[in-house]
Amino acid sequence: MALRTLLTRKNLANSPMGMLGLRGLQTFSLPDLPYDYGTLEPAISGDIMQLHHQKHHQTYITNYNKALEQLDDAVAKGDASAAVKLQSAIKFNGGGHVNHSIFWKNLAPIREGGGEPPKSSLGWAIDNHFGSLEVLIQKMNAEGAALQGSGWVWLGVDKEFKRLVVETTANQDPLVTKGPSLVPLLGIDVWEHAYYLQYKNVRPDYLKNIWKVINWKYASEVYEKECP
Amino acid sequence: MSWSSCGSSSICSWSSISYVPHDPPSKLLKRRFTPSIAQPRWKPRRDYSHINRGVSKVFGYYGLKNPPYKLDALEPYLSRRTLEVHWGVHHRGYVEALNKQLEKNDTLYGCTMDELIKVSYNNGNPFIEFNNAAQEAGDMPTLGLLQQIEKDFGSFTNFKEKFIEAALTLFGSGWVWLVLKRDAKCLAIVKTSNAINPLVWNDIPIMSLDVWEHSYYLDYRNDKAKYVNNFMNHLVSWNAAAVRMVRAQAFVNLGEPKIPVA
Repeated sequence: MALRTLLTRKNLANSPMGMLGLRGLQTFSLPDLPYDYGTLEPAISGDIMQLHHQKHHQTYITNYNKALEQLDDAVAKGDASAAVKLQSAIKFNGGGHVNHSIFWKNLAPIREGGGEPPKSSLGWAIDNHFGSLEVLIQKMNAEGAALQGSGWVWLGVDKEFKRLVVETTANQDPLVTKGPSLVPLLGIDVWEHAYYLQYKNVRPDYLKNIWKVINWKYASEVYEKECP
Repeated sequence: MSWSSCGSSSICSWSSISYVPHDPPSKLLKRRFTPSIAQPRWKPRRDYSHINRGVSKVFGYYGLKNPPYKLDALEPYLSRRTLEVHWGVHHRGYVEALNKQLEKNDTLYGCTMDELIKVSYNNGNPFIEFNNAAQEAGDMPTLGLLQQIEKDFGSFTNFKEKFIEAALTLFGSGWVWLVLKRDAKCLAIVKTSNAINPLVWNDIPIMSLDVWEHSYYLDYRNDKAKYVNNFMNHLVSWNAAAVRMVRAQAFVNLGEPKIPVA
């Protein structure tokens, strides 16, 4: 039974399988970065990358696992109010895990293609929809800078209408909360922890520089899968 | 702009509006006069260094008030650097944004800070000096405030625990407040997100804690728990809170005072 769960359970693309609990409850663990912490300098400092990955993302995963266990208990006991009460913790920590997992794949060191503009279908779609890559970047930077408090700014594709969208979400809400058919291609974390040590409160500078290490290859792959 | 000179001196308090005539003193001055009863520290300020620019508009300014302690006085709990950035950059940014909005929007002139907050509701918030000024080395509340805390929370320790718990369970950016609720007539702990102030719910803030990441990241990195604990144990100025409590009691009737029998 456990083996079948292993093989058939759909899990997040890059979250390595954690231990399976007695009842088959899957827990999550921190995915490894495909690059070293310091390789994104000077756009993002190694310090920030290490803290962001090892402390913040890990905390989200730990708390998500905890919330999942509690939810499992509540559901098994039929405790509806406890189950509903846990929803905000699950949305926050689970969303944090989902979003950051995507974020690490959205970044790449410059010598591994970070910053190289998208080609083929995604590049064409961006030109078609926004006019040019520069316009898209301006738009995302403007929305990211204007976001009050903590959140994310996304480039996503609406898989139903086959259209690119730029959206923002608050706190750790994943992109799907803005539309069930939205698939994230690129997400930029504009929580203060993502840039404060290096850029202090100058979020626009962070947004300007992060484009130098954005991994468009991954975004293209996801886009081609949704819009073949 | 004259408000910037106002901001660096401690003469101009945040709650005072300086009226700056743009015409030289010889011409008839058009001044907008708004008696504000809730702002006893209002001081009209003439700034003659301002040369006539041919503009006859009158601006209302808010100035950035200095915190009532030196910037490194909160070490080792909060570094000087944090205060420099938090107060000097973030807070100043909010005040500037507020002034810019006031320039554009005529109907906001003459409002007290409280009214502004209620009207603008999370738009370019400048109330934060209210809260930053609360930070000063202090250990425990005394007298009336302590009594009220014990009445509403059971004990001071319990209150501290609840406050810390609220701070740690707040998702995203926000503030944790100890407020005096007007309708329920008791103290309560509330969490607000981003820059919302409990004044919009008609409650009176007594004490607050900024849990935006910028307020602790430079000193504590991601260790929010340590920051919150240090704040509660070492940084809260209960004197300032007591002053606010006394002022709040002018608006909320907490019952008859206990007069000791001789």
